[in-house]
Amino acid sequence: MNSIILNTATRVLVPVFIIVALMTLWRGHNDPGGGFIGGLLAAICVALYEKTFGVDEARRWLRLSPMMIAGLGLTAAIAGGLWGAVVNGAFLSGVWPFYASVDGSWEGLPVGSILLFDTGVFLVVVGVVSAILFALEEAGIPEDREEEDGVPQDREEGA
Amino acid sequence: MKETDSYEAGPWRFVPAAVQAALFVWFCTFLPTASAGTPVDFIWQWVPALGIEAAFRIDALSLLFALLITGIGAICFLYAAEYFHADRRLKRLLTLMSMFAASMLILVLADDAITLFVAWELTTITSFLLVGYDHQKDDARHKAQQALIVTGIGGLALMAGLILMGSVAGTYRISEMGSFADHSLYLVMLGLVLAGCFTKSAQFPFHFWLPGAMAAPTPVSAYLHSATMVKAGVYLVARLTPQLGGTEVWTWTLTLVGAVTMVVASFWALRQTDLKLMLAWTTLMGLGTLMMGLGGGSYYAVGGALTFILVHALYKASLFLAVGLLDKGAGSREVDDLSGLRHAMPISFGIAVLAGASMAGLPPFVGFIGKELSYEGGLQTQTEEIFVATMSVIANALMFAAAGLVAIRPFFGQQKSKKETPKDPSIYMWSGPAILALLGLLLGLFPGGLDALITAMVEVVRGEPGAPEVKLWHGVNAALMLSLLTFAIGGVLFWGLPELRRSLTREEQRVPDSAAVYDVLLNALRDTASWTARTVQDGRMMSYLRATFITLALMVWAAIFFGSGNVARIDPAAPIFHWVIVAIIVACVIAIIFTGSRLIAITALGGVGSGIAVIFVLYSAIDVAMTQLLTEILIVVFVAVAFIKLPRAGTGALRIGDAIISAVLGLGITFAMLAVLGAGLERDVTQFFEANAYPEAAGRNIVNVILVDFRALDTLGEVAVVVIAGIAALAALRAGREVNK
Repeated sequence: MNSIILNTATRVLVPVFIIVALMTLWRGHNDPGGGFIGGLLAAICVALYEKTFGVDEARRWLRLSPMMIAGLGLTAAIAGGLWGAVVNGAFLSGVWPFYASVDGSWEGLPVGSILLFDTGVFLVVVGVVSAILFALEEAGIPEDREEEDGVPQDREEGA
Repeated sequence: MKETDSYEAGPWRFVPAAVQAALFVWFCTFLPTASAGTPVDFIWQWVPALGIEAAFRIDALSLLFALLITGIGAICFLYAAEYFHADRRLKRLLTLMSMFAASMLILVLADDAITLFVAWELTTITSFLLVGYDHQKDDARHKAQQALIVTGIGGLALMAGLILMGSVAGTYRISEMGSFADHSLYLVMLGLVLAGCFTKSAQFPFHFWLPGAMAAPTPVSAYLHSATMVKAGVYLVARLTPQLGGTEVWTWTLTLVGAVTMVVASFWALRQTDLKLMLAWTTLMGLGTLMMGLGGGSYYAVGGALTFILVHALYKASLFLAVGLLDKGAGSREVDDLSGLRHAMPISFGIAVLAGASMAGLPPFVGFIGKELSYEGGLQTQTEEIFVATMSVIANALMFAAAGLVAIRPFFGQQKSKKETPKDPSIYMWSGPAILALLGLLLGLFPGGLDALITAMVEVVRGEPGAPEVKLWHGVNAALMLSLLTFAIGGVLFWGLPELRRSLTREEQRVPDSAAVYDVLLNALRDTASWTARTVQDGRMMSYLRATFITLALMVWAAIFFGSGNVARIDPAAPIFHWVIVAIIVACVIAIIFTGSRLIAITALGGVGSGIAVIFVLYSAIDVAMTQLLTEILIVVFVAVAFIKLPRAGTGALRIGDAIISAVLGLGITFAMLAVLGAGLERDVTQFFEANAYPEAAGRNIVNVILVDFRALDTLGEVAVVVIAGIAALAALRAGREVNK
């Protein structure tokens, strides 16, 4: 779409969206949020970017292919689980190297296997949603319609 | 094949044979303990929660089978290594055979019913791959599939039977189960287990797959037939005799099925002109004999059957391999193409004569001892002596003629062969069968070595020891008379063989064949399947959605009607704000239903979702509300993108059928929700998480803590499903794109 308002708004909104998404991911353990919701927010951000600048621009912007992101997410989630398996002897049990319970309240930096796992969920959601969205955009777009919408013709993958 | 012309496998091809030989030697070290009747157990934990162990037991019965598997295995592996030395697929063949041998070993050594069953199925699968080894050939594929289906179905029955036995006994260790003969479910267990054994050992009427399995390469056939696969059923019958045996049903079933298999198979064996096929039919005869013997119950019947296992393995392996020698050396397996080869192929001749004599049951070969014992057993059977003896004599006489066919026909008379200069193949190929053939003679002359092992085996099967009876000369008795009678009839049959074969060929058309029944059933199954697929999978989204929603509606309403909860009343005193949200949702729904514009429909759908998100907020489910809202946004984006590709929307006219489905489902869900509210909340789980989320998982957001900590495995599974769904969606969308281009 060649809309100046949308173009400008997107440029401003995208960084905000990403920051909010990451904050949502970070604070999820204690407040509403978490990997899944954060991932959805980031996916909406990708969708916004894609709708504004087109699929190919969005792909370039993401750098990694969406399914690669999803794959990394799954790897991160499993790695988080294995971390617990190595340290605590139970798959997916939480490990907090910088965070400990002092007199019943937790103190320190809440970074550990749980955050890694949640990041994995985040990446999977972003990756899969973007992948399907991109594929849906690219699937069987009639050639004339494409020009009409101002979507660039030079696709990376071609036919 | 062209590319195999220059191929020559390296010395690695002898490694599997060496491994088998080493295993054989290792198993030999157990001979003294097993013969003394002391079993050796090896037990590892496997699934302790279900009481399943990887338990193995070496007693006389399993040891004999293990020795056959590894001993004959070593010979067949050596033979195969040479037989296919110029074939690029040798590596695959040896790998498959090794996997098969390993499965077979686990099967006979397993003392745990589940371990046994897993190995049983592994043999089914590996033998399927071996039978279908020449997978370019349509026939080989068909025969492999046939073997897989028949033995696979039997395997399912066996699994049910074994689990039943295990749960009744409270243990899966076979050696710890008592007799089930008096249990009320005895007949069910027996039926299921025997179904597995009969299909695996190709008993009538499941016999047809076994000659079909001849599509396998010769060394494989030799291995499957002599030592392993088809004997698995016999082995299991012997193994489970203490648990299931000794009853009238057992005795009569095994005797009748075994006898019919034996006689039918030995007739059809003579009909064959392909020596390999003929041997395949005689294998069936041997299996029938074994079943009948195990059913006989008496010391002699069981002892005879167990001796015959060894006897049969020795002569069948050497004869199969000898036919392979003929095939390689003279270029054909057809009995009519071969004659007078005794000077050109003296070694093959010697092997065939020695093994054939054992098969014919001539003294002083071990085959004679086996036959004498089974005649003795037949005369002491717990069913009808006359019946068993008559059937045995008929089958053995036919077998005598068949032995003559393979051991004499190709080697006497005018020299004739497909190859110009027939000659014996290399020593790697003939040494193995020669050893086996000589063993048949040696064990016949000096049966004392076998005595202890056979006696110990009978004790394992019958649970009581008996006097050692494995000897060459039992004196002039009824069994010897029957033997002489057998030789006489067999000699006449062999003499009149051409005439007999002609009449059998004529009769073949008229005899109903269970292979035909199999084909009819299989075709019916295929037709039903394709009819179902055509009917249910019409490829139209609307049909799938209708089916899904109708099913869902039926389930919800069934739950409402058969459930026993109170339905909560709608509280009219709810705050006005709540009513406003409901009104917005209802307005959106009405808009979706009646609008003709897609844009309005999508937007209104988003309105419904957002309204529901607000309700979640009202009840403090912030996480759920956020998820709902964000998902709603994405759905609108996705639907909008998808709609660009769809044809123009219809007129928006109301479709009565769909409207009814929607109304019924919607009302059902509403009532179900009210019923859930009416049931009152159990807060046990909530309280647990409220109490433990922070101290144990360092998180105050219970929802998130549950997702990533307490029930993280579920989340991991869901995330994996999301990725898989993504891959599937990509594949589907890309496929559509290809079609459109």
